[in-house]
Amino acid sequence: MKISVIITLKKDVLDPQGKVIHQTLDGMGFNDVNEVRQGKYFEIDTKETDNDKAKVKVEEMCKKLLANLVIENYKIIDPK
Amino acid sequence: MKSSVITFPGSNCDRDMDVALKKFGFKNKMVWHADAELPKSDLVVLPGGFSYGDYLRCGSMASKSKIMQSVINFANSGGMVMGICNGFQILVETGLVPGVLLRNKYLEFICKNVFVKINDKQNKYFKNVNNEVLEFHIAHNEGNYFCTLDQLKKIEDNNQIAINYCDENGKIEDQFNPNGSIKNIAGIFNKEKNVLGMMPHPERMIDKSLSGEDGSLFFKSLINNLK
Repeated sequence: MKISVIITLKKDVLDPQGKVIHQTLDGMGFNDVNEVRQGKYFEIDTKETDNDKAKVKVEEMCKKLLANLVIENYKIIDPK
Repeated sequence: MKSSVITFPGSNCDRDMDVALKKFGFKNKMVWHADAELPKSDLVVLPGGFSYGDYLRCGSMASKSKIMQSVINFANSGGMVMGICNGFQILVETGLVPGVLLRNKYLEFICKNVFVKINDKQNKYFKNVNNEVLEFHIAHNEGNYFCTLDQLKKIEDNNQIAINYCDENGKIEDQFNPNGSIKNIAGIFNKEKNVLGMMPHPERMIDKSLSGEDGSLFFKSLINNLK
């Protein structure tokens, strides 16, 4: 089963890359953008077949490696 | 005094550190990241470089490597562990020192000499350094020290800031902050001050004809404090 994870920066953390992307978009004529925040996306293909068990495992992965909880939040997307 | 320098895939300041430690009298051993056991050491150094190509977050992969469990146990039992540059990034990922290192504020890789002011001398790293201000070298893309306000309060209450970026006279101001670090923080201790993480490279300042000698002051102090 495939489980996806989205990692985003917490709102008080400076995101200089997001800022530059915003500026570039602005320069390209996309002038109605308020803010851009850059994050990460993971697709994890696991042997686990039970939805809930897989989510628990992925949550552990997020806490231990995929996200740094000082600066990042994670969101696990329900497997389809 | 015995020291160990850990080499991770992508470390590139490990041999510089080896040269520096030996120059000031340490019997140094190089230790491979996949080893499980740490040789008997008075000091363990996590060197600079780009371990695991900086994948995911700088230092995140290296912090989970096999040798690191032994390094963490060593640190938790009071052992001296020093992380320089990428080594500092590895230390924050293990949680041995608080906070994280973000991308530099202006998105530039910075490679230059900087001045740092020693904030605390009640520790085995800086105790016998006579100078208040040292000239060190920095070379990093992710050195922008960040922590939560709660963490910052604890860090300040426990006097855990080791060194701050400053000018040659020791003035700590925004304009002397190369990378956007909170409070100009260039290096930080754990609560017990046996673990030190810092972005500057003292091992690059040990030869007058190459760069400078302020690193020598640091290493001389370090080995004397450990005796």
